Amino acid sequence: MQAIKQVGILRVIAAIFLHSESAFSYYPYLTVKCEVSVSPCTDVDDLEDGITVSPLEREISRRSFLAASGVVSAGIAAGLPRALAEPASAGSLAPQMLSVTLSINKEKRQLSVDTRTTLLDLLRENLDLTGSKKGCDHGQCGACTVLLDGRRVNSCLTLAVAAQGAEITTIEGLGTPEHMHAAQTAFLEHDGFQCGYCTPGQICSAVALVDEVKRGELSQVSFESGTLSHPAITEREIKERMSGNICRCGAYPNIVAAVRALTMQGSAGGAA
Amino acid sequence: MNPFAYQRASAPDEAVRAGAARGAKFLGGGTNLVDLMKYNVEHPATLVDVNHIGLDKVEEAGGGVRIGASVRNSDLANNPTIVQNYPLLSQALLAGASAQLRNLATTGGNLLQRPRCYYFTDTAFPACNKREPGSGCAAINGYQRLHAVLGQTDEGAKSPHTCIAINPSDMNVALHALGATVEVVGPKGKRSIAVGEFHRLVGKDPSAETTLRPGELIVAVTLPPAKFAKNSWYQKVRDRQSYAFAVVSVAAGLELEGGTIRSAGLALGGVAHKPWRVEAAEKALVGQHAGQESFRKAAELVMAGAKGYEHNNFKIERAKQSVVRALTLAAKGVQA
Repeated sequence: MQAIKQVGILRVIAAIFLHSESAFSYYPYLTVKCEVSVSPCTDVDDLEDGITVSPLEREISRRSFLAASGVVSAGIAAGLPRALAEPASAGSLAPQMLSVTLSINKEKRQLSVDTRTTLLDLLRENLDLTGSKKGCDHGQCGACTVLLDGRRVNSCLTLAVAAQGAEITTIEGLGTPEHMHAAQTAFLEHDGFQCGYCTPGQICSAVALVDEVKRGELSQVSFESGTLSHPAITEREIKERMSGNICRCGAYPNIVAAVRALTMQGSAGGAA
Repeated sequence: MNPFAYQRASAPDEAVRAGAARGAKFLGGGTNLVDLMKYNVEHPATLVDVNHIGLDKVEEAGGGVRIGASVRNSDLANNPTIVQNYPLLSQALLAGASAQLRNLATTGGNLLQRPRCYYFTDTAFPACNKREPGSGCAAINGYQRLHAVLGQTDEGAKSPHTCIAINPSDMNVALHALGATVEVVGPKGKRSIAVGEFHRLVGKDPSAETTLRPGELIVAVTLPPAKFAKNSWYQKVRDRQSYAFAVVSVAAGLELEGGTIRSAGLALGGVAHKPWRVEAAEKALVGQHAGQESFRKAAELVMAGAKGYEHNNFKIERAKQSVVRALTLAAKGVQA
């Protein structure tokens, strides 16, 4: 119990560090870096594919941030006692474990999960499916995009317990290096990435986009162009429909080209 | 995130019973609630999952339409009846968030979307009357670019009543312009609330955005018979072209006879604690020629009494321009 409390306190302190920095940072990447340094459950090896930061750099960026802002320090000092007191009021409740059955990449998995676990953390930390990426962890970047019953969703905002009964498809379930999905091939052919961190989310999103287009679904651009029946998928339409996936490298022109090629293939489902 | 119990309800009455427990909250798409739980702003003891209780249909009813509370934003925006008869709602929904978020977000959840005031969502700031009643308002002397210019309570940073947060939803703005009704069930039975009465201004109590009573569950939203199917427009102004909250938004619907306005629906987003609708402005349009002169007059009426701050003063003129633009494009007509 004592150990649980201490972990809880560390998490609260970590959360305060994170919040302070995200509030004062113009660089989403900085938040990602810090998350790497304080989160006990992030796959660092995996993250380093995308972002190379030494532990020392992370420490310096955090310290210089705190030193630079008196407001942040004051916020922490004032916030801490209240935040620490919180578990007593909100949760005299111990962590709640639930047994769930999830269907992931056509494989049924029986798992015992803490109710707080997001689908993203479950995939990455428990099932070793690290293709889905954690960028912002707040539904603002799309790096965690997976398919839930064929529809794209942010797995960082989906609780694992709430995903029971749905068929979940991750980038690992779309294709393999030997048998790539048409979307994966299109991204390769059009060089639709630089660092690659957002790419699994971009590709899952593109796969769903193709299905949405087939169903004749609209976007806000369809209203602007005045085409409310099976709108043609122009560059503007693609940019709007892919806006939920941020690419900090700025590989957008090639991402648009890849998605455009994919939408023009007519039937884009299945392995190529 | 604090530990919580999770319960999946299979029918509305079961959900209401479970929702009566202390600290229980209903879980829809989770795009707002789970996010706020991660920020430690929300800390429910129990989540009652209301995604599987049979409220996922859009049906024609009473000459209008009845939308189940768990219909996803993406499904509602693409529903043929909505696109055909209520394109304003479809357009507003598609202007919000991203495709991924719209696939999760529900109609009921969007109605209950909490403000995106940075001082509310960031617990590092001790002062927020909405999060910690009586603690004051950090926004009023902070960075208020996205904050209210109409109907806000401003009694100074230290007052327990002060709050200048806004309702961030796009869907809600359209629902106000269309005159929707919210159906709820609670421990004391059913009731229907006009959407204008459902969302509230701060008044003396910044803690709540709606008039929903403890334990009440939204089961449906109904729309009256369509009047603006041919002439409507949702104008959204934001800091980037997509996937951003509105600086100012306008939902405009016109019922035209020749060039003359028979009736009008007009609501603004991004300017107040609730979608801002001024009946006097709508009435002033009736009987007028649909043109710049009457639109500009309506814009002045809607924005009467606006008060801006250091960073959001620009919103007042921007909102007036947006009203004129939305009405102009509405008059031009929606092409299908």
